[in-house]
Amino acid sequence: MRRVVVTGLGMVTPLACGVEETWKRLLDGKSGARRIENFQVDDLPAQIACQIPRGDGSDGTFNPEQWMEAKEIRKVDDFIVYAMAAARQALDDADWHPTSYEDQTTTGVLVGSGIGGIEGIAEAGVTLKEKGPRRISPFFIPGRLINLASGYISIEHGLKGPNHAVVTACSTGAHAIGDASRLIALGDADVMVAGGTESPVTRLSMAGFAACRALSTGFNDQPEKGSRPYDKDRDGFVMGEGAGVVVLEEYEHAKARGARIYAEVIGYGLSGDAFHITAPSEDGDGAYRCMAAALKRAGIKPSDLDYINAHGTSTPLGDEIELGALSRLVGNAAAKISMSSTKSSVGHLLGAAGAVEAIFSILAIRDQVAPATLNLDNPSVDTPIDLVPHKPRQREINVALSNSFGFGGTNASLVLRRV
Amino acid sequence: MSDIAERVKKIVIEHLGVDAEKVTDNASFIDDLGADSLDTVELVMAFEEEFGVEIPDDAAETILTVGDAVSFLSKNAS
Repeated sequence: MRRVVVTGLGMVTPLACGVEETWKRLLDGKSGARRIENFQVDDLPAQIACQIPRGDGSDGTFNPEQWMEAKEIRKVDDFIVYAMAAARQALDDADWHPTSYEDQTTTGVLVGSGIGGIEGIAEAGVTLKEKGPRRISPFFIPGRLINLASGYISIEHGLKGPNHAVVTACSTGAHAIGDASRLIALGDADVMVAGGTESPVTRLSMAGFAACRALSTGFNDQPEKGSRPYDKDRDGFVMGEGAGVVVLEEYEHAKARGARIYAEVIGYGLSGDAFHITAPSEDGDGAYRCMAAALKRAGIKPSDLDYINAHGTSTPLGDEIELGALSRLVGNAAAKISMSSTKSSVGHLLGAAGAVEAIFSILAIRDQVAPATLNLDNPSVDTPIDLVPHKPRQREINVALSNSFGFGGTNASLVLRRV
Repeated sequence: MSDIAERVKKIVIEHLGVDAEKVTDNASFIDDLGADSLDTVELVMAFEEEFGVEIPDDAAETILTVGDAVSFLSKNAS
């Protein structure tokens, strides 16, 4: 199979719009969590979220009109606007702007979302009830469909290769990067724009996730303390929003055009829990097999791992199950591994999480630093694995693994290596 | 009449994201103002909403320019 490397990065996160600004704030220990101010939350059990800082585009703020025309923004849900921003950043970063028919047809897009346009669907439901079907916009459907993120990106940039989308809840971003890598490895494309995007900070979606008992509800007065993976006081995840997109490229293709190579995607593993719609299997079997499959594909041993970006959502059940599965996988190598959850800083970006966290893993390799797990005051279990509490750790990182596990029992792991 | 024309032009400018000077009576939504077939459907819906009228599909098909819209709504708006 052909080798696949990462040559471009783009992101919009609750810390900032842009990769370098987000990364800087992440390493500075900033949290994106705030009390939600843009819709009513006083009757919701969870009243905090990590929301994108909006503004005029300066100082890391996100200005939608820099990334999409105002008349188009009006037609679509935010998840599409976030994806457009991250995709353009990634293509600019990779300096890949295909204009020839050959280059266009060998460049594809695979950007997924866990939920898609839930806000637009909620609003249209109200319109239907109050005003009837004749008031439903022709843009209602195309502005909510998950694959329209990929659709809009392909139209904007003239990318005529495979056009695809992944929908696997919180594993979406990792599956998108993994599947897109396979498309390149197998020769279906030479370049893929891949990642995940999500806009789930809405009243309906907060109500739904709270009903699943998935969200943190005990830190409404201290939003920045809410996301605390592995800590004994954790009580659920803090909702996030945003997008992460990478440019993946066949190794020789990247070399031939002199592209900067961030890292190589050397492993990708997938598994299913076949256990429960929202809870992970208690023995961690799904997570274990997923990571093991990724290492096997990468052709490396557990002792080759340096840094792991955990799924680590800050839910009471999930964090320890993931830690248990990893401990079983790595055995005696545990003491040399650093594992952190950047969700402690940016929250849980659902379908975008895996892509944003893959980018953090790539930057960890680039800068030889493991970002921190914030709020880890008292770990709930003893482990020889370094959970990088409070402050980032400068260390050798040649190989990184990024985990994502989703509702429905769907798991994905990516292995990235320094080139 | 001029009130209706102003309201129509405001809707066209907002929905199609075009400059006000381009929105002349003779301007075709599709040929001159960059609309596609979905945009024209939404424009007709916006006219219905603004003017409190129902525009049947066969009538909507005859509304191709700004002037067509102003003329139809002048005759039919309540």
